[in-house]
Amino acid sequence: MSEERRPVLITGVGLVSALAEGLEAHWAALDVAGGAAPPVDRESYSPYPIHPLVEVDFDQQIPKRGDQRQMEPWQRIGTYAAGMALDSAGIKGQTEILSSTDMIVAAGGGERDIAVDSAVLGEIVNRDEFGTILNERLSNDLRPTLFLAQLPNLLAGNISIVHKVTGSSRTFMGEEMAGVDAVRAAYARVASGQSEICLVGGSFNAARHDLILLFELGGYLWESDWCPVWERTDRGGGLVPGSMGAFLVLESADHAARRGKPGLARLDGVASERTTRGPGAAGNAAAGQLNALRTALTGAPLAVLSGASGVEPATSEERTFVTQLAKDHDASVRAAGTAIGHGFEAQFPAIVGLATLVASQRSLYPPRDGSGVELPAASPIGQILATCWGHWRGEGMALVTALDAG
Amino acid sequence: MSAARNGYRDSTNRPVVAVTGMGIVTSLGQGRADNWSALTSGRSGIHAIERFPTEGLRTTIGGTVDFVTAEPLCAPVLSERLADLAIGEAVEQSQAGRVGDFPGPLFLAVPPVEMEWPQRQTLARAVNGDGPPDYSTLVEAARGGGYESLYRLFAFAGVADILADRYGTKGAPVSLSTACASGATAIQLGVEAIRRGECDAALCAASDGSVHAEALIRFSLLSALSTRNDPPEKAAKPFSKDRDGFVMAEGAAALVLESLDHAMARGATILGVIEGCGEKADSFHRTRSSPDGHAIYGAMQAAIDDAGVSADEVDYVNAHGTGTPENDKMEHLGMETVFGERHAQVPISSNKSMIGHTLTAAGAIEAVFSLMTMAEGRLPPTINYDTPDPAIPLDVVPNTARDAAVRRTLSNSFGFGGQNVCLVLAAEPA
Repeated sequence: MSEERRPVLITGVGLVSALAEGLEAHWAALDVAGGAAPPVDRESYSPYPIHPLVEVDFDQQIPKRGDQRQMEPWQRIGTYAAGMALDSAGIKGQTEILSSTDMIVAAGGGERDIAVDSAVLGEIVNRDEFGTILNERLSNDLRPTLFLAQLPNLLAGNISIVHKVTGSSRTFMGEEMAGVDAVRAAYARVASGQSEICLVGGSFNAARHDLILLFELGGYLWESDWCPVWERTDRGGGLVPGSMGAFLVLESADHAARRGKPGLARLDGVASERTTRGPGAAGNAAAGQLNALRTALTGAPLAVLSGASGVEPATSEERTFVTQLAKDHDASVRAAGTAIGHGFEAQFPAIVGLATLVASQRSLYPPRDGSGVELPAASPIGQILATCWGHWRGEGMALVTALDAG
Repeated sequence: MSAARNGYRDSTNRPVVAVTGMGIVTSLGQGRADNWSALTSGRSGIHAIERFPTEGLRTTIGGTVDFVTAEPLCAPVLSERLADLAIGEAVEQSQAGRVGDFPGPLFLAVPPVEMEWPQRQTLARAVNGDGPPDYSTLVEAARGGGYESLYRLFAFAGVADILADRYGTKGAPVSLSTACASGATAIQLGVEAIRRGECDAALCAASDGSVHAEALIRFSLLSALSTRNDPPEKAAKPFSKDRDGFVMAEGAAALVLESLDHAMARGATILGVIEGCGEKADSFHRTRSSPDGHAIYGAMQAAIDDAGVSADEVDYVNAHGTGTPENDKMEHLGMETVFGERHAQVPISSNKSMIGHTLTAAGAIEAVFSLMTMAEGRLPPTINYDTPDPAIPLDVVPNTARDAAVRRTLSNSFGFGGQNVCLVLAAEPA
């Protein structure tokens, strides 16, 4: 490992979810007796519940309608959240800083034209040879610009165009693991001096028939009335997709100080791993990650924000891990997915964003869990451990420290 | 020699990153030897597409890799097969680690895959619905169960998962896309990880096996592709006045990167050095570069700066050279800006004139060709250069390969979405 590590501050967070828009509104929605319950759309994708995005005025961050028209919703959500993060960091419109701001985006695939797909499917379903008709239909029916609204790297492209972030641009793919590695790479680049300031995050639109299909192929979706994540484990498990956009601005403490920005919290480490999910494998990986972060634990009261998806058996394994962790460190646990649903590529950036919120509040919001995993928390919270086990692959962890807690 | 530049460290005291293994597969063939021989004899790998019916399409040609079988034939399976061939060759040459136990992480550029029409049709047929099928029909089929393997095929993490297991790479594999710059980004991520001291070795690979009807039609609808279908091998005409677009193609390449001291300590053969990586994103347009070219020459200059050298020390440029009217014009502007008076003398050639545009894989494939160019002392040509564009006065190594001593190469990759990545590669450590 590298010898020198510079402190890395989280100086901006842009978070929009089913629950709220912005950190303040998230806190207002989370800090309620009985815990937050995000809006659920039970009908549109029945039998699968989803969490639709809170109503957003996209003009606020994407002023040109022409730009908005060039994006499918997943790109609009991400470009919007990226703008919020830049606002939060105080660099929105600061051309000089933005031209050297690095960017790592975690992206999934773009949205298909459901009407075109359905029409084509109707034409080809009973044909053994459908190549020629497919050529004709797709050539005539696909919007030329739809391709660009689908390409994963065009979320970053749109952020460059709309917000002028142009230092560098990378897009990671691979569901939750992409989000974890994006944050890890951004952290490592800033900590090592390869970057001074980096915008990192992702977005996810849950309101998509094509993704509902994909996830149901794997059998990952929850299909009963909504309930908190930990309560799903003895009922077969399953995830509830949640629309969200989550971006962070990570910055070297020196760079932030030079422009007089105090920062919201400090990021003290990020770890990623991929196990093949044999029994106990993810738990062992997480234990190793925790061990690597141990020297950064200050002993200040700890909270655990888990990214558990609800999918089994990973969620049961993660429950065992975080329950033991809570016991060992006298910590309190919350499943972020209960509050905002599951956002795949965006999940880990969103959890780190929520951890930043908890760090800045020095307080953990009330539990919403009938399973006994989540308990009321002591205050003031000094550090937050964020975990993110993917629904299929990828194990991630981050440690966020409140600025006045060491 | 300064204290910092001791051979294993570069001018800014970072570990020097060496290449110790390379693998490649393109429409020209499998492996370094076959590819190099075809490339330097000016052979084209572009042909009429036979994989699917092309009736009614404006473009009917491509650089598909038809000698590699994939079952079922779809982008993720073919991309995985191509990557496997390239990685296998690179790891064998490098001899880093042991078989199935590569001593570092995997950075893999892969095309964004999604379910394709044969799979949709299969699902639709699995359900006896009333009326025309739609997504609810497909979901109903999925609810029948038994499709986990289909999920893993089309999950973005799927291809890297297979390769990480097969080669025993360490940590979470990173799958990435920066469109047509992806292959260069994969190499850049490996270089950065080694420079940070996170690892001593990295496996950087890029693969694209995504030429299917819908992908071809999508690029065609953007007016990006050449429609000069006959004869196919004459379609890709980078830097020519009558160029009319790129030719979609497939392939893969892999590079084993190691810190120079790690490679020397185990007695590995050093194939070359990645001296610098430069990036600059463009905020102008989704498919076009800023007319002033600042992001393109910004990326080229950033790579040269990162290498700690000057433009005068670059002997050859491996062009992005897609053969679209826009790209080649802008790349010329980049050459003018970066090389000044020398720009018309620095040879620049486009591998894409022969192998087509291998999209996600291009940056890595062209990095391998760049390293071979230096090792062999021979510049691969830009073929089909029959009608020079007077607006682009460059030495494109027209039509036939040329012997030349090359110590340092700049390799350009410019992607849709404004993602530009350039690499500076050297034959030997400075």
